[in-house]
Formats: sequence, C-alpha cells, structure tokens
Amino acid sequence: MSSTVNGVVFLALAFATIGGAVMMLSTRNVVHAAFWLLEVMLATAGVYMLLSAEFLALVQVLVYAGSVAVLILFTIMLTLRRREDAIREFEPGWGAGILALLFGGALLFAVERFSAQLPAGVMPEVVPDVAAFGEKLFTTWAVPFEIASLVLLVALVGAVWWSGGDGK
Amino acid sequence: MTVFQPVGALSFMALSVVLFSLGLYGALSRKSTVMVLMSLELMANAVNINLVALSRFSAPAEMTGQFFAVFSMVVSAAEIGLGLALVLALYRQRRTVEIDAMQELKG
Repeated sequence: MSSTVNGVVFLALAFATIGGAVMMLSTRNVVHAAFWLLEVMLATAGVYMLLSAEFLALVQVLVYAGSVAVLILFTIMLTLRRREDAIREFEPGWGAGILALLFGGALLFAVERFSAQLPAGVMPEVVPDVAAFGEKLFTTWAVPFEIASLVLLVALVGAVWWSGGDGK
Repeated sequence: MTVFQPVGALSFMALSVVLFSLGLYGALSRKSTVMVLMSLELMANAVNINLVALSRFSAPAEMTGQFFAVFSMVVSAAEIGLGLALVLALYRQRRTVEIDAMQELKG
C-alpha cells in the first residue's frame, strides 16, 4: 500500500459504508437490514485495508461479516413466525433523528475545531506488518489478550445459559 | 478535500462521526430489538474506524489503536452474542421481539 491514500478509494469506501448504513435504517424488511449491515461491515474492512491494518480487516471479515451476520440472521429467522413479519411498519422516530443530528453536528464541529491538533494530512511511511502486530500482541498486550479470551468464554457460557435450556 | 489528494485523518474522523450518528439514530428509533442491536454494531464499528485511523496517522509503529480496536471487537462480539441470546429468551417468554414488550422489571 502506498504511503498516500488515494482519495478516490476513500470516497468509494465512505460512500459504501454510509450508504449501506442509510439503507439498513431505511429498509423496512429486517432481513434486508441484516444484509445491509453485512455490506457495511465489508466496506469497513476495506477502510481498514486503506489504513494498512491488514489483520484488522481480516478479523473484521471473519468476525463481523462471518459470524455476527450469521448470528443476526439466525435470530431473525428464529423469531419470525410468518414470512410477512419481516416487513415492519415505517418507524421514522423524529425525536431520535433530531437528537442524532444534533449529536453528529456537535461532534463534527468539535472535530473541525480541533483539527489543527490532529496529525498532519499525509500518512506516515512506516508500516509494521502482521508479524510485528502478532509479536506485540503476545508480548506487550499479553495480559489484555488473556482477559479478552476470558470475556469471550464468559459470554459464550452466558449466551448458552440464556438462550437454551428452559426445561431446567 | 479534493478527490485526488491524499486523505487526512479528518476525513476518517468525519466518516466515523456520520456512521456513529446513524447508529445512534437507529438504536434510539427502532422498535425491534434485533434492529437496535444491529445499530449498536454500527456504532461500535464507527468507534473502531476512529481508533485505527488516529493510530495510523499519529503513531503507526506502536499500533496501539489497532490493539484497542481488536479488544473493542472482542467486547462487541460478546455483546452481540449475549444480546441475541436475550432476544431469544424474550421471544420464548413473550412470543415477540418488540421493545415495547419489555416494560416490566420482573417478568
């Protein structure tokens, strides 16, 4: 990956991400919304590739586009009694929209205001590869890594406990 | 930002802000629990983009933001798993996934 990010690629990926999110929120079919979320996750993996975070792009595709999308689709299918239940009535949520607009505007204003303190426009040349990432993960970040695996184990047991076994 | 210029950290942060606001809107306005959880994933995604972008632009050699993003992904994966398990439990008890069905603290 070159040291300067091509604006065209960024614009395409940003359009895919934001457009997918808008479509996910505007479609009335829950199953379609799940597939639009999948598209957003894949476009985000592309953004990670632009930022030369190859490992994160891989994890994004595996975890989000793979497992999470399948999990969401399974839940939707399990909780739909009829096919027509997937189509939901239009929920504009004007109050929530205004709140989100105000929040986003305030955040954009703050980012713009403090943009002078942001790092310079061009990306630095130095790019560590995946091997360096793994080495750091198992030396500097070894303890958080173990804690993360513990969190996943507890979440696994909890999810099985909650969703299964009502006969007990 | 002209199209053929290199993209700065500001553009990535703007993308992240827009994505987060969309997720916030969805999480507050939807009445289906699955849609709320999907919007939460959108917000987590926006946060991860911000972490990775700022780490890439300020200190790419340390990769601190990437590690933060990895752990944030772990937490949000656990969250979506538990959330969907809760949705299934709710469905088993109430035969619905509407948020309005959860109005009591003790079922």
